[in-house]
Amino acid sequence: MIRKALAPIAALAAVTSLFFSQGAHAESGWHLLNMRQGVTAISREIYSLHMLIFWVCVVIGIVVFSVMIWSIVTFRKSKGAVPDTTMVHNTKVEIIWTAIPVAILVAMAVPAAKTLVQIEDTRNTELTIKVTGFQWGWQYDYLENGVRFFSRLERKADAARQLGSGVDPNTIPNYLLDVDNPLVVPAGTKVRLLITAADVIHAWWVPDFGMKKDAIPGFVNEMWFNVDEDKTGIYRGQCTELCGRDHAFMPIVVDVRSKEDFQTWLKATAEAQKQAAAPQPAATAHAG
Amino acid sequence: MANTHASADADKYYVPHSSQWPIVGSIALFTLMMGAISYLNEWGGSWVFLPGVALVIFMFVGWFGTVIGENQRGLYNLHVDRSFRMGMMWFIFSEVMFFAAFFGALFYARNLAVPWLGGQGVKIFNSIELWKGFEATWPTSGPGHVGGREDGSFDVIPAFGLPAINTAILLTSSLTVTIAHHALRQGKRNILTAFLAATFLLGFLFVYLQAHEYIEAYTELGLKLSTGIYGSTFFMLTGFHGLHVTIGAIMLTIIWLRVLKGHFTPQRHFAFEAVAWYWHFVDVVWLGLFIFVYWI
Amino acid sequence: MAQHAPAAAHAHDDHHDHKPHGWRRWVFATNHKDIGTMYLVFAGIMFFVGGLMAMVIRLELFKPGMQFVDPLLFNSMTTMHALFMIFGAVMPAWTGLANWQIPMQIGAPDMALPRLNNFSFWILPFASAILLLTLLVPGGGPAGGWTLYPPLALQTADAFPMTIFAIHLMGVSSILGSINVIVTIMNMRAPGLSLLRMPLFVWSWLITAYLLIAVMPVLAGAVTMLLTDHYFGTTFFTAAGGGDPVMYQHIFWFFGHPEVYILILPAFGVVSEIIPAFARKPIFGYEAMVYAIASIAFLSFIVWAHHMFTVGMPLAGQIFFMLSTMLIAIPTGVKVFNWSATMWKSSMTFEPPMLFALAFLFLFTIGGFSGLMLAIAPADFQYHDTYFVVAHFHYVLVPGAVFSILGAVYYWLPKWTSKMYDHKLAKVHFWLSAIFVNVLFFPQHFLGLAGMPRRIPDYATQFTDWNMVSSIGAFGFGLSQLLFPYIIWKCVRSGAPAPARAWEGAHGLEWELPSPLPYHTWETPPSAAVIARGAEH
Ligand code: HEA
Ligand code: HEA
Ligand code: CUA
Ligand SMILES: [Cu+2]
Repeated sequence: MIRKALAPIAALAAVTSLFFSQGAHAESGWHLLNMRQGVTAISREIYSLHMLIFWVCVVIGIVVFSVMIWSIVTFRKSKGAVPDTTMVHNTKVEIIWTAIPVAILVAMAVPAAKTLVQIEDTRNTELTIKVTGFQWGWQYDYLENGVRFFSRLERKADAARQLGSGVDPNTIPNYLLDVDNPLVVPAGTKVRLLITAADVIHAWWVPDFGMKKDAIPGFVNEMWFNVDEDKTGIYRGQCTELCGRDHAFMPIVVDVRSKEDFQTWLKATAEAQKQAAAPQPAATAHAG
Repeated sequence: MANTHASADADKYYVPHSSQWPIVGSIALFTLMMGAISYLNEWGGSWVFLPGVALVIFMFVGWFGTVIGENQRGLYNLHVDRSFRMGMMWFIFSEVMFFAAFFGALFYARNLAVPWLGGQGVKIFNSIELWKGFEATWPTSGPGHVGGREDGSFDVIPAFGLPAINTAILLTSSLTVTIAHHALRQGKRNILTAFLAATFLLGFLFVYLQAHEYIEAYTELGLKLSTGIYGSTFFMLTGFHGLHVTIGAIMLTIIWLRVLKGHFTPQRHFAFEAVAWYWHFVDVVWLGLFIFVYWI
Repeated sequence: MAQHAPAAAHAHDDHHDHKPHGWRRWVFATNHKDIGTMYLVFAGIMFFVGGLMAMVIRLELFKPGMQFVDPLLFNSMTTMHALFMIFGAVMPAWTGLANWQIPMQIGAPDMALPRLNNFSFWILPFASAILLLTLLVPGGGPAGGWTLYPPLALQTADAFPMTIFAIHLMGVSSILGSINVIVTIMNMRAPGLSLLRMPLFVWSWLITAYLLIAVMPVLAGAVTMLLTDHYFGTTFFTAAGGGDPVMYQHIFWFFGHPEVYILILPAFGVVSEIIPAFARKPIFGYEAMVYAIASIAFLSFIVWAHHMFTVGMPLAGQIFFMLSTMLIAIPTGVKVFNWSATMWKSSMTFEPPMLFALAFLFLFTIGGFSGLMLAIAPADFQYHDTYFVVAHFHYVLVPGAVFSILGAVYYWLPKWTSKMYDHKLAKVHFWLSAIFVNVLFFPQHFLGLAGMPRRIPDYATQFTDWNMVSSIGAFGFGLSQLLFPYIIWKCVRSGAPAPARAWEGAHGLEWELPSPLPYHTWETPPSAAVIARGAEH
């Protein structure tokens, strides 16, 4: 009887666990079921916290739902069940089911707090970039190197996303997740972002880096990430705080390069911007 | 007086049959709000407030008039009286929470936001990247020196001038209203009328002095509603308080008139007590203001 | 008996007063049942208005690309959907149920302050009209999210003061309504009905009303500051003047978090009425249930910043709010376990109210689990402002709050109308709702974890599949709800007469009243014997 009642739940748990253990980088929609592990130590730590709390909930869920389903199946009037109307409380049981959750929560809170402490440890950063959100795009400012540019939704997607454009978004690669000028950062480096905003609140988020921070006008928020040395490549994210009409259309793209490639890029860009700035300030000609 | 007309049986809880005042009140509020909306959206001039204000006054006069009338006819037993009392208590509690929001804003701005803008704590980059040279002090109109005089400066009202006098006035008025209450309970009508009159006169005096203070703030100190966070918290807190004092003083006046008409008995005088509680509440809020806005 | 009662009740009425007829009965109402009915009908209409807006959202999100609405209109659909659902549908529905049930359940003749009661109600249609009218003014409706965060909310055009004042009015309405509830419960209980003998629905409302009076004024304060920042030059939320946009969020969520428990505590109460009735067994751990509600209410005041983990709070703040939030799982767990224990060794039948209560039990718990996941601050850095959050709160709000409202109506409708509705149809309504609500909201967990932000009218193509599933679920769920007014209408028109105690296992003073109900409820308080019979929890 118990086994019969539990069977569907066990099956459900099996299927869910299958779903949740799918590869992190599958691109087709049906497989995107779980949080990705990401490419930084912090993002992996967050992922494991997420999985831990998820499984805690699954286990508690199985226990609680089993009891409920068991009752629903067994204690039916139609089956001649007679209610035990004297069963109105039981101090021992009540203490147990208060204490067990307390223990579970404490066990959860400790690693979570540890991760928080790490996240907030901003010491020893090697590169600082100021990020300014505006309606609707991002400005990146390499503070130590004088490199500075704007980053906005890439043109083709911008045309396709207009109401009634008639363009099928599926024909556009990385629809809504591509920009004209990506942020370029070195791998294996503790990069600090100083995040602020020019007009309303925005939020800077690249899921693979595991961190999200609000960009608040008039205040500077700090956030850092350190992409694994071997995880160079393109990472995408979006603004995640409602910021008006085009909130959906201010993506974030980060181009993570090896340290050498990054230095080359930085020098070249700094040079190019200096030259462009001499006759007319082209790079800052954004109509804000 | 209540007992002389007793008609309903004593243990039956009075439920009015039907009443037009609630719907009048809803329409009044709606009209008032539409007036405010029209004004703020510049759909019309300030006259758009008039219909709403008129309706609200009409509603209050009519509704309270009805209630007073029913009371005079002895329809309310002590049970009903208790409902009124509890209702008033919880209403005052809601008012306390309204002020709490603004006090919260004051504490947050003063102890967190302004220091952060000055680069303290987790926000050290504020002073490096955004607000260079801003030093977190209180009072302040912020790193942008918003509002104030032409040059962005402003002065504040010292606690131990007019505000201290106003504190004395309100504390005294709390005392007088308590004396009036005791007099009412002992049936000493002369003391009652005199001290109640003193109470609302002190209330109006407070409002007058507060207005005086506002004028000085605006014309001489550069302290305006728009003078940064100091001006914002100062005027919103003292302004809402002043509004409550005005309302309270008006209510006291009405109660005084009702006393003159002989409306209350030593045992039954809910309206008097409600207004007295309200007055004490306004007084306590003022103490908070005096300490946290003017003094510290 | 069922035949004689109406005549008797009528004679009795006419003897005492003239029961008003026609429109006057409603507009000038002072009777708690009439006002309760108006609240419920109003809530139903608003549920459909808010639901229609949700349908616009789901239609636009059916596939990527912008198909139907401008992004700004989309944002205002999201904003107004939430405002109408919360302030227009769920809260008034609870107040309506309070109006109907509290006097009946505590043996009172009516609400304590009947005129105020009518006032609380009639403010609402006007407030909602103002909010709805924003769609017609230049610049369109409010589009900054229901949370109205500045500075974005300050960019709203003519709709701005309308939204603020609509919220003020709704706030006034619920404060007055709550004062009435508290006073009624504290002052109008039949002699002998002590606090700890009250039905749990009454208890849950007592605490809810307290929460409402504590936090609605704070919301009023917050939006007043928005208003003066916009029009009168204050700088509460502007850094240049020494203010802080995040300060608004603190004040808002000091209201906002207790608000979500305002939406769910009465649901706990309802479920605690329905389960014992259909399990034919008293509620397990009655006192623990009361204390659990009280603890949840207390904790709800100190957890607000879990909505703001990403704003850049100091570490200590993040840890504090994470821990305090996690604590709420404990009293909530106590409730879930007590409901389960009530079903243990019981004798259950599965009429429509019970089905909704059971679905509540499962699906609310799932929503609670995702809430607990959100409470883990580091993980929330990933979840925040994604569809994972949307999935969480719809699980607690739709199969949580809305299902329990539906369950409550199915439970008490036979008492209100003295007629029985079509059980078969109601069960169809239940099963369609229960299935579609999961099709609608479960995939949103996946979307959020995969990285889809909330409040966006268009999305990257890899999110297409689950969005389609969700939209199909939404249309299915929405259409299924059309059954509900039909079932009620049919019941009122031609339902079979229901006995005074409509359900075999139902206890409580409301079932001791005759059916059809007399126009005035307990004109003479119930006797000690009746109370004793009614107060078996
Ligand atoms: C009815 C409404 C309701 C309810 C009841 C809840 C309940 C809870 N909510 Fe939810 N929440 C919302 C409505 C609600 N919420 C809304 C509307 C938002 C979004 C607002 C917006 O941004 O627009 C939100 C957002 C929200 C956030 C912010 C997310 C973000 O924006 O990043 C968080 C974070 O902590 C959170 C947490 C919780 C928790 C911990 C509970 C807990 O109360 C849940 C407790 C219940 C259980 C845990 C299940 C039962 C317990 C057991 C079976 C015992 C054993 C269990 C364990 C020990 C695990 N909620
Ligand atoms: C109690 C509150 C409540 C309730 C009941 C609901 C009910 C529903 N919600 Fe809502 N929702 C919120 C509170 C609520 N929601 C909040 C607080 C937000 C956040 C807002 C913000 O970000 O600011 C939100 C946001 C929100 C979003 C995210 C929008 C965004 O981020 O841009 C979505 C998207 O799917 C959604 C969908 C739905 C759906 C499909 C329903 C369905 O359950 C509705 C079903 C009801 C009906 C459909 C009406 C009845 C039927 C008819 C009228 C017949 C016609 C039907 C058809 C044509 C099919 N809601
Ligand atoms: Cu920028 Cu959303
Ligand atoms: Cu919350």
